[in-house]
Amino acid sequence: MLEVTGVIFAVVFSLLVYAVIKFRQRKNDDDFEPPQVYGSHQMELAWTVLPVLIVVVMFLSNAQVIHRVQDARRPEGAVDVTAVAHQFWWEYRYPQYGLVTSNELHVPVSDPRNPTPTFLALQSGDVDHSFWVPRLAGKTDLIPNHPNSMWIDPQEPGLYLGQCAQYCGTQHAKMLLRVYAQSRADFDQWVHEQQQPAVSDPSVAEGRALFVAKACFVCHSVRGTPAVGQIGPDLTHVMSRDTLASGAVTNTPENLRAWIRNPEAFKPGSRMPVTELTDKELDQITAYLLTLR
Amino acid sequence: MSAIPAAMPASETPWKLPSRGKVGMLSLIVAESAIFTIFIVAYIFYIGKSLDGPTPRQILTVPIFTTICLLSSSLTMHWAVAALRKSKTGTFRAFWFVTLALGAIFLIGTGREWHHLIYQEDFTITTNLFGTTYYSLVGLHASHVAVGLIVLTTVMVLALLGKVKREHSERCEVISLYWHFVDAVWVVVFTVVYIVGR
Amino acid sequence: MVSDAMPLAIHKSPLTVIYEWLATADHKKIGIMYIVYALLFLVIMGIEALLMRVQLSHANATFLSPQVFNRLFTMHGTTGVFFVAMPILFGFGNYLVPLMIGARDMAFPRLNAFSFWMTAFGGLLLYASFFAGDGFSQAGIAPDVGWFAYAPLTAPAFSPGHSTDYWTLSLLLAGVGSIGGAVNFIATILSMRCPGMTLSRMPLLAWMNLVMGGLVLVTISPLTAAQLMLMVDRYMSGHFFDTGAGGSVVMWMHFFWIFGHPEVYVLIIPCFAFISEIIPVFSRKAMFGYPAMVAATVSIGFVSLGVWAHHMYTVGMPSYGNAFFVLTTMVVAVPTGIKIFNWLATMWGGKIRFATPMIFCIGFLFQFLIAGLTGIMLAAAPFDWQLGNSYFVVAHFHYVIVGGILFAIFAAFYYWFPKMTGRMLNETLGKWHFWVFLIGFHLTFDAMHVPGLLGMPRRIYTYEPGRGWETWNMISSIGAIFQVAGILIFVYNMVHSYFKGALAGNDPWDAWTLEWATTSPPPDYNFAVVPVVRSRRPLWDIKHPDDPDWKYE
Repeated sequence: MLEVTGVIFAVVFSLLVYAVIKFRQRKNDDDFEPPQVYGSHQMELAWTVLPVLIVVVMFLSNAQVIHRVQDARRPEGAVDVTAVAHQFWWEYRYPQYGLVTSNELHVPVSDPRNPTPTFLALQSGDVDHSFWVPRLAGKTDLIPNHPNSMWIDPQEPGLYLGQCAQYCGTQHAKMLLRVYAQSRADFDQWVHEQQQPAVSDPSVAEGRALFVAKACFVCHSVRGTPAVGQIGPDLTHVMSRDTLASGAVTNTPENLRAWIRNPEAFKPGSRMPVTELTDKELDQITAYLLTLR
Repeated sequence: MSAIPAAMPASETPWKLPSRGKVGMLSLIVAESAIFTIFIVAYIFYIGKSLDGPTPRQILTVPIFTTICLLSSSLTMHWAVAALRKSKTGTFRAFWFVTLALGAIFLIGTGREWHHLIYQEDFTITTNLFGTTYYSLVGLHASHVAVGLIVLTTVMVLALLGKVKREHSERCEVISLYWHFVDAVWVVVFTVVYIVGR
Repeated sequence: MVSDAMPLAIHKSPLTVIYEWLATADHKKIGIMYIVYALLFLVIMGIEALLMRVQLSHANATFLSPQVFNRLFTMHGTTGVFFVAMPILFGFGNYLVPLMIGARDMAFPRLNAFSFWMTAFGGLLLYASFFAGDGFSQAGIAPDVGWFAYAPLTAPAFSPGHSTDYWTLSLLLAGVGSIGGAVNFIATILSMRCPGMTLSRMPLLAWMNLVMGGLVLVTISPLTAAQLMLMVDRYMSGHFFDTGAGGSVVMWMHFFWIFGHPEVYVLIIPCFAFISEIIPVFSRKAMFGYPAMVAATVSIGFVSLGVWAHHMYTVGMPSYGNAFFVLTTMVVAVPTGIKIFNWLATMWGGKIRFATPMIFCIGFLFQFLIAGLTGIMLAAAPFDWQLGNSYFVVAHFHYVIVGGILFAIFAAFYYWFPKMTGRMLNETLGKWHFWVFLIGFHLTFDAMHVPGLLGMPRRIYTYEPGRGWETWNMISSIGAIFQVAGILIFVYNMVHSYFKGALAGNDPWDAWTLEWATTSPPPDYNFAVVPVVRSRRPLWDIKHPDDPDWKYE
């Protein structure tokens, strides 16, 4: 594609530069009008037919790529993830493993000889969003009442960054994507950890009680506790994540505390409301969440 | 500028251009057709997609009588303009009035149909997808009929005051183009809503 | 006999002058009002852009809150399309079409005035939103849903309050104005040409405004329809785009882009008209391939109606759907390319005079070429899956709109300002305007392609450091300053030249179309005697009676 457009540009630009230099009016001009040329059938035919041919060739190569990407067959070892986009966070469900997580997507690295790509089913819980991790794939939108699907096939382990690519409201800019492509062993280990119910540490019992009393549980789930809220991210293993608020801030105790105190400070327009908490209550809830590895 | 020739060379044919009234009205009709097309596409796309609520088959009765009235009004409109072109102002006034009356009957009929749907069937624009698309499409058409009736009434009043004469037949023809368009739209809407959609 | 001298100054009270302009149905005054109105909004939208560029010049900036930023990009886009580009092109068309076809006014002068005022009030309504609700410092309740206002972001649940309604209602008003204007253009061009001016002898500007008018009729109406549906949803609890009731938000996208894509051709085709009138005059040659230019324009008009879903490649259409739109989008590039070749061929073998109108045309050719090529890249769906909705797209369409459309409009200003005011714009200032603006344009929009390639999506009020985007954003922001400087030079040039510019006379450029056959500015009735023409260049025939065009056409 780039080559074709590059060549076209080079040719036309050169002609333009040549014309501007060669056919400029000279100082000693004789004031006669130049010969009037009204057209040329051969030239016009040529520069119609040639572009048409270029278009045909480009269309055919495009059609082939489109078909290969969109109609790709799903291999046996593929991992299934259902991604549900919300204002302004990502929910990931792994039906094969019975686990739910948020904001940080873990997938196994795929070996070309025995591919294990990840097939993403894309849904939306509210408005239009778009999943775009440039180094992994082109983007596909998540649209309410219009399920989509796409696949990624990372062959190098690492962290792949992206973000929501369809304007979805105030905090569209901070709906970041983090995809961790891990070796098979690491991925299996991560799955196993995520499948466990929440850590139940008796030293943070007050915080756990406050989580319910202060209505956090209405929006958030913590598996293994009465908190089964579906409106906000699943927090069962929130401390296993590198960031909070869908990539907006790094996951440190200070940031966690500050986020709960006032989400507007990190992400103005985020859907998480401010909860009335005394400093002590805030400390206790933060301590509780810090145990959820 | 005196240097521009003031006369056509003899070899050229006499200069004749289309009437601006007709071109203007036809352009407006093209634009309006595009608006209606979008509403019709939405209607067709949503056929059968309502999650609940009444279906067309359950609550729509085919408005045969009012349709015949509206379509006949195109004929009477045509006769009215033809009469005016021949200076038969009396005939013109009669046919124009009949056109107006037939259009009014259509509109009143639509009103009665809606009254029944809203108050007896509890079926409104918010009931379901069918309700939204039905009232929007039929309502858009009805509003165009209403505008047409306003124009027709204005001309009727002028005609009764004796002010509409043969030299105005071109303008009445332009108005008739709009009226024929409104009728043609009804043919499509009727087919989509009462025949295909049921 | 019409003379070159300025008419005697008649003293009128300011109130009389104001009333004359407010109540006028004269196409020349209406044309100027459209243009001035658009220039005011150009300044406003430029300020909006500047504010955004300041915010984006470095990562995690806090110059603007997300709410204000989101309103700014929505207003910037909406204003640019509907209250700058459309009015300015309708303004030039209004002024020039009757003159160039030898008519005394448009077909429907009062409809013309009505259309202008509808558009004008639409713009005022949109901007009233900045002052309503939160108040100006909080940027009011201006719409913040993006200029394409995707459902369901515009649903009452996600857009509480009235901000979206300002968007909908103001555009409905402007849409009525546009359709009225289009009806007028078509009726004028088909029904008001002077004797001898068959369709094949019309100036290309008339042809292109005819195609533009036809396109407006079938382009604006789908937007009107979709907005009526949106109002049904928002005000009457309808379900057109309500997914909870089984509605489809993709349908909004289809309807919007069925409007949105042909709309950009509505904007570019009159600019093709300016280029097609100016390049021949400054190359001293007839337009090369007039019939092909007409055919290409008409086919662009038709094909452009079938490409819309290239804005929706990522929405999840089936592969054959995507492929179809790849084909149509690439096909529309063919007639567009043909026009570029025809303009080049017109210059070829000519005697090019580098007056300001011409250098803006050359800038147009260069930039429109590049813009078209990035467009071809985006037409390839797999490419678009990466680059769609990124700053690559933003760079591409600004390349077309600023590098193409705005440059063509500048060319038109320098070329026809003498006709409209009787005075020449200053050539030195014109060249400064060109070069300063050119530098700014390229700094901003060349650099802008890179963040897109590096993964920066559009419509984000800030971004994380470490993605490689900061330097390029800073360069883009610096370029904006140069563009401001260029515009200031332009405005100064216009104001200064209006009062002190050299007298233009009837025909300062030695041109060939009918508008140059009358005084500058023309009298109210345009022509004392309705002209009769025998060829595409009536004034060439008069200036070269030994070698008139009608011998060769």
